[in-house]
Amino acid sequence: MTQKADSTILPTGARSRPTTSSEKVRAALTELGFSAFAIFLALVISALLMVILGYNVALAYQSMFRGAFGSLHGFSQTLLRATPLLFTGFAVAIAFRAGLFNIGAEGQLYWGALACALVALTVEGMPKPIAIGLPLLAAGLAGFLWGAIPGILKAKTGAHEVITSIMLNSIAIFATTHITSRYFKAPGAVDQTERIVAAAVMPQIIPGTGLTAGILLGIAVAALVAWFFGHTALGYDFQAVGRNADAAEYGGVSSKRIQVLAMGFGGIMAGVAGGIVVLSLLNRFVANFSPGYGFTGIAVAVLGRGNPWGVVLAALLFGALDSGGMSMQLFARIPSDLTIVVQGLVIILVAAPAALRAMVRWRKPKVEPVDVA
Amino acid sequence: MWLEILAVIFNLRTLNAAIRMSTPIALAAMGGAFSERAGVINIGLEGMLLVGAFAGAVGSYATGSALLGTLLGVAAGAATAAVFSIFTVEFRANHVVAGVGINILALGLTTWLMQVVWRTRGISPAVARVQSIRIPLISDIPVIGQVIGVQSPFVFVMIALIVGGWVLLFRTPLGLRIRMTGEHPEAADTLGINVRFIKHFSVILGGALCGFGGAYLSIGNIGRFSMGMSAGRGFMGLAANIFGQWNPIGGLGASMLFSYADAVQIRLQTMEIALPHQIIQMIPYLLTIVILAGGVVKSRPPAALGNHYRSGGGT
Repeated sequence: MTQKADSTILPTGARSRPTTSSEKVRAALTELGFSAFAIFLALVISALLMVILGYNVALAYQSMFRGAFGSLHGFSQTLLRATPLLFTGFAVAIAFRAGLFNIGAEGQLYWGALACALVALTVEGMPKPIAIGLPLLAAGLAGFLWGAIPGILKAKTGAHEVITSIMLNSIAIFATTHITSRYFKAPGAVDQTERIVAAAVMPQIIPGTGLTAGILLGIAVAALVAWFFGHTALGYDFQAVGRNADAAEYGGVSSKRIQVLAMGFGGIMAGVAGGIVVLSLLNRFVANFSPGYGFTGIAVAVLGRGNPWGVVLAALLFGALDSGGMSMQLFARIPSDLTIVVQGLVIILVAAPAALRAMVRWRKPKVEPVDVA
Repeated sequence: MWLEILAVIFNLRTLNAAIRMSTPIALAAMGGAFSERAGVINIGLEGMLLVGAFAGAVGSYATGSALLGTLLGVAAGAATAAVFSIFTVEFRANHVVAGVGINILALGLTTWLMQVVWRTRGISPAVARVQSIRIPLISDIPVIGQVIGVQSPFVFVMIALIVGGWVLLFRTPLGLRIRMTGEHPEAADTLGINVRFIKHFSVILGGALCGFGGAYLSIGNIGRFSMGMSAGRGFMGLAANIFGQWNPIGGLGASMLFSYADAVQIRLQTMEIALPHQIIQMIPYLLTIVILAGGVVKSRPPAALGNHYRSGGGT
């Protein structure tokens, strides 16, 4: 298999290399425009679906928007739901930059969550920063190890990371379920661990809303990722391999080493995503807990066009869809799963810049005669 | 305990169940084989199965006819694949991203629409289903009769489709064109083969196969649709396709192997033999990784898999 995460999904890559800062800003705005147009189209298509099925579109989108942004509680829910997506978005985006497709974030997330929960069971009596830091460290390490496997397989044998990652996702879910049910199961019907100790629970930043400090950690990580790609030699090597592995190799970069590291670093992000869900939402490991955080992370990374701040915005959007969907169900009586439809549409549309361009071109003839007149 | 396990492993009813359970996986694997032989990576098999299952149940619910439901399932699988192929071939979307999008879209649409249709998020009411049939002479033969004498019609159609698919892919000019498109689209184009048509045809045919496999899941067996009922079978099909070397018959063999392990595991579970069933369920995925890493046999995907091709080389 030869397809890699190429310039069709990461236009900031090989196609044009903005040099001056004004060019960079313009390029970023074009990227933003693409993503915004994809979101707009996805909402239009979903609206059409609602019209066909006889729902009130205005009420649906209104209640969705209000639910996501209209109150402190709603906005906190948006941020809370965006947090794991922010990390899984980075899990995919970091590997993208090195030309690899980390579709395995889901599996890395499970290992991260399990490792985090197991460590968080044992940090009784430690000061809060350590009681939270140690489990997250374990989560990152577990994610790194699981994430590096497809990188190693690719580097050593050429096995395509997409397929091995998909297989590893299934294996991770079965394995974490098995380990939980056999060795760490709390009494009861559900395969889950005991509750983590109080010291390890992520503190809430707005009391009563459930929003935890995880989101702050996410923003900090975004800055870290931006710095990594903008200002470090290793970050430069990642992107060199992503643009042209042969040229990078010629320039003295071991592309195989970068492949393993890129998948591993992606794995750290996904692992931490799992850890944050455990520390701030579930407060234990629960088998099969993820509603597809890892897969939505792909959407987040693609929509954010691999740009760290783009990823933050995209994660916010998906968080808003998630929390807004709840209020849409409540007030407009439309099943909230419609938001998953919007997600799927956004991914498909944003994956095909050519489709968006074709639609812009298709609209142009209608505009031009007006200009002439 | 070991005697009981052996008894299950060498039980003809286990084999019967394994063949039945391999149906959707083998069909998805063949869908993947056609798609990938034409050069399109198809992660969306999972979503196409799910759409087929949903449309099959809705069709059966609306018309009361399981046959019409099955046809609707096939059509819906093909339609989903058509969306996928338009985006990947015409708009040159990244195959993997578009495939992930198809899967998420399929999960969202079916879960949403099942609430619109049945007002329930979980499992649909019972709908008309395709009954198993007894083949008069074969069912009287010992051993073979127990294995395929009484089976769902889906199983027989699946086997016919697999054989037909193999003939199409390896023994007809169209099959040669499909394989050439996936190996070397430039050369195919030079010979006057319509590369875009071949890609659309192969992906949509794959979608129709998945639609049929999905219909089996909902109305070929239990007669209900449940949320996310494809449950990873599309990914298993993806694995079976690689395991089977991008060959429908190989894919069927791999699917039967995977299903056999699964059938043994399920039967042991019902007998409350404490075997770590999650570990048995991992086996297909582990095997596929081993195969991909070149551990057992060298597997080689079509050379131009995942590439976009535009006649004339322009973009």
